[in-house]
Amino acid sequence: MADDIALPESPPATVAPATVDLAADYRASGVAEVLEELDRELIGLAPVKERIRETAALLLVDRARRALGLTQETPTLHMSFTGNPGTGKTTVALKMAGLLKRLGYVRKGHLVSVTRDDLVGQYIGHTAPKTKEVLKKAMGGVLFIDEAYYLYRPDNERDYGQEAIEILLQVMENNRDDLVVILAGYADRMDRFFRSNPGFRSRIAHHIEFPDYTDEELLRIAVTMLAAQNYRFTPAAEAAMRDYIAARRAQPHFANARSIRNALDRARLRQANRLFAAAGPIDAAALSTIEEADIRASRVFRGGLAHERAAP
Amino acid sequence: MRVTQGTFSFLPDLTDEQIAAQVEYCLRNGWAVGIEFTDDPHPRNTYWEMWGNPMFDLRDAKGVTMEIEACRKAHPDAYIRVNAFDSTRGWETVRLSFIVNRPKVEPTFTLTRTEVRSRSQTYSLGTAR
Repeated sequence: MADDIALPESPPATVAPATVDLAADYRASGVAEVLEELDRELIGLAPVKERIRETAALLLVDRARRALGLTQETPTLHMSFTGNPGTGKTTVALKMAGLLKRLGYVRKGHLVSVTRDDLVGQYIGHTAPKTKEVLKKAMGGVLFIDEAYYLYRPDNERDYGQEAIEILLQVMENNRDDLVVILAGYADRMDRFFRSNPGFRSRIAHHIEFPDYTDEELLRIAVTMLAAQNYRFTPAAEAAMRDYIAARRAQPHFANARSIRNALDRARLRQANRLFAAAGPIDAAALSTIEEADIRASRVFRGGLAHERAAP
Repeated sequence: MRVTQGTFSFLPDLTDEQIAAQVEYCLRNGWAVGIEFTDDPHPRNTYWEMWGNPMFDLRDAKGVTMEIEACRKAHPDAYIRVNAFDSTRGWETVRLSFIVNRPKVEPTFTLTRTEVRSRSQTYSLGTAR
């Protein structure tokens, strides 16, 4: 009777093959494409790329071992990404989800990105359903918790964050086949978070550190970002951008690539204003060129902001 | 008496894998899946009690099967059904509904005949345990 209902494919219980061709496995899984994409799209981040390549190799070998019947259990895949803001943690998490999907460690490979607000409730009895809701959405994919240390507030012992942490830990342990949790945040505060929540530390296998970008890398990022929107720098504007990056880094609330993106947004605003003010017809080249003046007009060059603005 | 309501109810009870596969199908179609339970399977009892909110934006059936498990644990002796709601304009209705849990002993139905004015007969269906 139930034969005509499609069942999900179960692993065949046949004899294990005698050998495994890792290279063929590597090609067939499509991991190579993800790694190439990572190399192509992300500038800098050499140590991160190295760690991800290592992790991919480990998972590939682990999969081969499972195919040969050498191991049964799912490896712990939960990770922590530490680094300053704007260093590409979310982007890499997205790539990681794709990687895990190709390797068959998560079924759907989507990324659910949350912060404390999405997990912790406002009143008693609000937190558990809220956290579970998020976890259900993340099932079959990757749950990315940005600034995870905000979950734990040692100064307030009645904080509901603790409840969310307990549910998270339980799911991280019991549903290892169903979802992968990635915690992200600043290195020092994550360290303190792990110290006060040893349960998390022991359940996380991979710690990946994201270094700050160098000025040269940031400039390349700026050029790439502009190219993606069909803009370009004049040579003088590129030199101005180089100075801008050096000046911006010294000022507070520097957020690596995110600061660059915001700076470019403002430069485009000034460019639009300049074109608007200039009379006469405008050609496509003028519409897509950022001039030196558009960058130099930034307040960063005048020793920063007179009044301290909120973080960008 | 075996209650036959919703899809698949003339088939043997679905296994957990089969339930997961059906839910997967619902999610693939972009339907919102909800879980409801009741102890009264009377055909006129259309509004069953909701187990939590309907689940939107799920990607994987695991989220639903977890809730089914939780509902079974809390109400082992109730009828539990899974509803899949299609919000597409023009449909805006439940597209698939099937029972995933039954009590060990299912109630029977009794037919009551009542004589009313002018010797007319009215019939009503009642649940009896």
